[in-house]
Amino acid sequence: MTLLKLEGIRKSFGAIDVLHGVDLAVKAGEVVGLVGDNGAGKSTLMKTITGIYQADAGSITFDGRGILDLDPGERRRLGIEMIYQDLSLARQQDVSSNIFLGREPTRKLFGLFPFVDKAAMDRQAAQMIERLNAHLPSINRAVGSFSGGQQQTVAIARALTFNPKLVIMDEPTAALAVREVQSVLDLIRRLKSEGIAVILISHRLNDVLSVTDRIVVLRHGRAEADLVTGKTNMSEVVSRIVGGGDMAAAASHEARG
Amino acid sequence: MSSDLATPGVWTRAQRASVERLHIRLESFLVLVALSALMAVLSPYFLSFSNLLNILLATSTIGILAIAATFVIGSGGLDLSLGSVMGLSGVVGAFVAVNLGAPSVLGVIACILAGGIAGYINGQLVTRAFVPAFIVTLGMLGLARGLALVISGGRVIYGLPEFMLYLGQGRPFGVPMPVIIFVATAFIAHCVLAYTHFGRHTLALGDSEGAARAAGIRVERQRRMLYTLSGALAGLAGLLFSARINSGDPTAGLNYELTAITAAIIGGTNLFGGRGSILGTMIGALIMGVLQNGLNLLAVQSYYQQMAIGAVLILAVFIDQYQVRKESRV
Repeated sequence: MTLLKLEGIRKSFGAIDVLHGVDLAVKAGEVVGLVGDNGAGKSTLMKTITGIYQADAGSITFDGRGILDLDPGERRRLGIEMIYQDLSLARQQDVSSNIFLGREPTRKLFGLFPFVDKAAMDRQAAQMIERLNAHLPSINRAVGSFSGGQQQTVAIARALTFNPKLVIMDEPTAALAVREVQSVLDLIRRLKSEGIAVILISHRLNDVLSVTDRIVVLRHGRAEADLVTGKTNMSEVVSRIVGGGDMAAAASHEARG
Repeated sequence: MSSDLATPGVWTRAQRASVERLHIRLESFLVLVALSALMAVLSPYFLSFSNLLNILLATSTIGILAIAATFVIGSGGLDLSLGSVMGLSGVVGAFVAVNLGAPSVLGVIACILAGGIAGYINGQLVTRAFVPAFIVTLGMLGLARGLALVISGGRVIYGLPEFMLYLGQGRPFGVPMPVIIFVATAFIAHCVLAYTHFGRHTLALGDSEGAARAAGIRVERQRRMLYTLSGALAGLAGLLFSARINSGDPTAGLNYELTAITAAIIGGTNLFGGRGSILGTMIGALIMGVLQNGLNLLAVQSYYQQMAIGAVLILAVFIDQYQVRKESRV
């Protein structure tokens, strides 16, 4: 069953055309790797899915309905979450404020005024962190005081708290230690087993080859290739990314890295 | 954050948590106490009941402007037009009530509406025309002041109707009306900033606009609402001030934005957004009130008072930045 379907997505910023008609489909519970060189348009494409950017042309359907007219908040409510490369955290706010940002639970004071229920937020945030098997110094501290891995935990918890159907991860392992990388990859496998679709953007092709079902190569703003992970290998992926040429050298370099 | 406390080591975890939950900075509270003690020693009149009411009365106008400054600066914005919009609102209210002879209620509404419209224009320009807030509100500072002079013909409009006067000069149970309205406004503002979606999104927006946008918060709409709110609060301040002096004065509120922004910063509002509390701002406003009152009692010329306020603003930001730098070095 197709969960997300992009057709002919175009996007330009002023005179610079970034996306020239991208097609992409993701099934429920499928893990799709999105790879490509710097400037291939990966992050831009993902931001047109979350609604941060408006596509100039094309169509996006999610769960059978067109979502191009929806704003980022409405798309989140449909079940599209993204973990941004810069994590997009409010660094002076605490853990639960970040996890529930934009969706804070309320209770009515005197049956009239909707007050944010901070106690419920803290409770659910602590549960979520526990479910992720993660450890934070304190959930009442500003997240800006946390380490990179701990901040990433908060960003992941925010993406998973509201039962998403699709989670987009932009370079989730780029800034992590080896052990933390493994736990992110384990998390992706767990999401898949729960039927949650994942789009993984990463430069670390070893990670992409180890957790994905399919790999889509973006090149010069087009979907250059759509490869089944089980039937491809490092050198084919690399050659599609760089577009042929001296692929042997590039592939051996990647294999070493 | 440890910068919210003066001496973290001295406090137990529970005490720290309870102080942090009140959203105030301990340093500013200590400064208020120390300043008050100093004034009490220097002047025998300082601690008299009537003088304390005077301080509250003088603080009410600045305090309402400081509430507006807390919301806008907390969102990562800036409103330099507070004082001018306050002056414009007072003149518009007086013009409607006196020159047009409209009922008092319309005069009251006109004050707040005039401020709200000025703020709405600020918000539109910041979010749709992409002119920086600093420039938009600096321009509005000139526009509003000029318009106030045009409407009033450069003269003070005297003789407000009775109901409007009551808002400025009435004393139910011996407490001046502006003080009552100020405290009520502060209470509502505190609840809104700390406990509602609007308030929390305001601080999140000031913390990281990207994070707020990614979370689905309608950033531009939120900013327009904030500038409109700021203008409306300046309108309320203008109403109370005019009612107190029984006239619409086109020069009212001159340089008040300086005092209001200083009060908000002293109260712990982060100049670059993301942090702020009304309780803290109230302490900041009281420090400014006590400072001005004390300097008056000590018969210090008002020229020096201006200098003192300017120096306090720079000092407050310096201390805040010093702590931020110290923290990031650790």
